[in-house]
Amino acid sequence: MSVLVLADHDLGTLSPATARVVNAVAQLGPVDVLVIGEGVDEVAKAAASLVGVAKVLISQSDAFASAPADSAVALLETLAVRYQFVATSAGSVGRDVIPRLAAKLDLMPITDVVKILGPNSFERPIYAGNAVQTVTSNQPRQLLTLRASAFRAAASGNAAPIEPVVATGITTTAKIIAAHRTESDTPDLATAQIVVGGGVSVGSAEGFKLIETLAKKLGAAVGATRAAVDAGYAPNDWQVGQTGKIIAPDLYIAIGISGALQHLAGIQGAKKIVAINTDAEAPLSKLADVLLVGDLFDVVPQLIAELDRLGVKS
Amino acid sequence: MKILVAIKRVVDHNVRIRVRPDGSGVETTGVRMSMNPFCKHAVEAAVQLSEAGHGDEIVVVSIGPKVANDVILTALAMGAHRGILIETDAELETLAIAKLLAKVVAEENPDIVLLGKQAVDDDSNHVGQMLAALTNRPQATFASEIKVVGQGLEVTREVDFGRETVAIPLPAIVTADLRLNTPRNAALPMVMKARSKPLSVRPAAEFGVDLAPRLTVEKISPPAERVAGKTVGSVAELAAFIANDVSAMEAL
Ligand SMILES: Cc1cc2nc3c(=O)[nH]c(=O)nc-3n(C[C@H](O)[C@H](O)[C@H](O)COP(=O)(O)OP(=O)(O)OC[C@H]3O[C@@H](n4cnc5c(N)ncnc54)[C@H](O)[C@@H]3O)c2cc1C
Ligand SMILES: Nc1ncnc2c1ncn2[C@@H]1O[C@H](COP(=O)(O)O)[C@@H](O)[C@H]1O
Repeated sequence: MSVLVLADHDLGTLSPATARVVNAVAQLGPVDVLVIGEGVDEVAKAAASLVGVAKVLISQSDAFASAPADSAVALLETLAVRYQFVATSAGSVGRDVIPRLAAKLDLMPITDVVKILGPNSFERPIYAGNAVQTVTSNQPRQLLTLRASAFRAAASGNAAPIEPVVATGITTTAKIIAAHRTESDTPDLATAQIVVGGGVSVGSAEGFKLIETLAKKLGAAVGATRAAVDAGYAPNDWQVGQTGKIIAPDLYIAIGISGALQHLAGIQGAKKIVAINTDAEAPLSKLADVLLVGDLFDVVPQLIAELDRLGVKS
Repeated sequence: MKILVAIKRVVDHNVRIRVRPDGSGVETTGVRMSMNPFCKHAVEAAVQLSEAGHGDEIVVVSIGPKVANDVILTALAMGAHRGILIETDAELETLAIAKLLAKVVAEENPDIVLLGKQAVDDDSNHVGQMLAALTNRPQATFASEIKVVGQGLEVTREVDFGRETVAIPLPAIVTADLRLNTPRNAALPMVMKARSKPLSVRPAAEFGVDLAPRLTVEKISPPAERVAGKTVGSVAELAAFIANDVSAMEAL
């Protein structure tokens, strides 16, 4: 039984999600990692260093720039037949590619997997995480997306061989005409150990800076509610929840966030939750491990000063 | 231009669902149902394209039980012209849904097919991409902006790193994200008018698609409960808790 993992990467760097996917699927069989893109030699090297990887396949073509689904699927269709499993993280590329690949191969994919119970048995959340489905499959091969935050990362130290795969004849009809990347030196949200999240109650993009300052102090990633993103206070890729990123940090500090069902969908894996809210009855206030009832505009600056005094440094 | 929009009837997104104690599923009897929110954004996008002169006809299609008529009526009231209900009482998998929709695409030959990016019941996020594969059309998923440019579309997509804009030729498949637009609430005259718009009801069996499930749902369970925590009385106490937690992490 062998596994093909499609690597996630951006700007020439392997995404931390891939190490988690590799580690999760290593129990299913030897893992080959496929890296597609342009100028991705460093990504392939990083993938080859992950423990559990048997070999890395690298396919470079301008048809793969930004991984458009049509060209990625054209290549994966030819490779998938050699594997029992094709897996990738449930990020924007995996969600775009795996269902398209599945329909081409006439298979039902199993997506957003949070637990692997066996070679054909998986758990996935439904209804914004308010229920968990256990599914089994008798199909000849399984196509999976995994929620990276639900699994631990593979260690590095391996040096798996890297083999090129030619992509002759593969083209794409999609042309990338613009990309807006959020400039930020904060850690990857989906895999961060600490996340500080802000809601719409910060009142402005300026107000959201308070959240970012606290995050920086803690070396944390920044999260936001949909309401904060819709209001233009935070970029869309910071949204946490049913429609945004799924996080599972050791510590989530939620500031001025009510805890709507769709937001809670993204934070169920958090080990500890701290809430700062004027309303002790807000849903998130009621399920936080530690709640401070107070106005964020008073509390957060004081908290930053207090953490300074205690010598907490990122 | 002709636009096809696929819409799903789901448990209303404001309802807190309950898992049946016997693990057989989620309680849906007596629960408020409505159009999947992402599908509402897809319908709104179609109506806006049509209002901008890019769509002569908007056809909406829903696959589900007889009562799924109500979401078709909602879409017709929002401005769609014609509805198709593919009737089935079975809970179909996304692959079967995509195959049925592919048949409708073959019959209707729309220039643009709009879908929601995901249905908030199964949270699959599959059907648009599957339909694109089955019809061999390009796809632009998770759209937050759609522009008709020349013979194609320029679609801004919400992706992990931020946003990207892709140009794709028509015919194409687009799935809607929530920031695409603000769906309208249909005014009463439109709601009245919707009832007189054409709506054809066709049994799913008529399409000659294998609808048998591929996966077995063994059980549906409630998620792990969180236990309520404590309330601290001061920022100093909160800071001490956080500092402790952070140093415990570093010790690992
Ligand atoms: C289909 C669908 C998908 C969705 N997906 C997502 C998603 O992925 N992620 C997401 O987050 N949302 C999502 N939403 C939106 C969600 O339902 C909520 O509207 C949103 O999460 C609310 O954001 P909020 O907590 O910032 O705002 P609100 O709900 O308005 O809460 C503001 C909170 O701030 C508190 N507050 C106010 N002033 C202060 C102050 N000065 N100091 C401290 N506290 C204060 C209030 O007591 C309140 O609890 C989705 C909705 C739908 C329909
Ligand atoms: N039963 C259905 N009838 C019509 N459209 C559907 C149905 N199920 C899914 N869709 C469409 O596919 C989108 C994605 O659904 P899903 O892949 O199930 O998350 C939905 O937003 C709809 O546009």
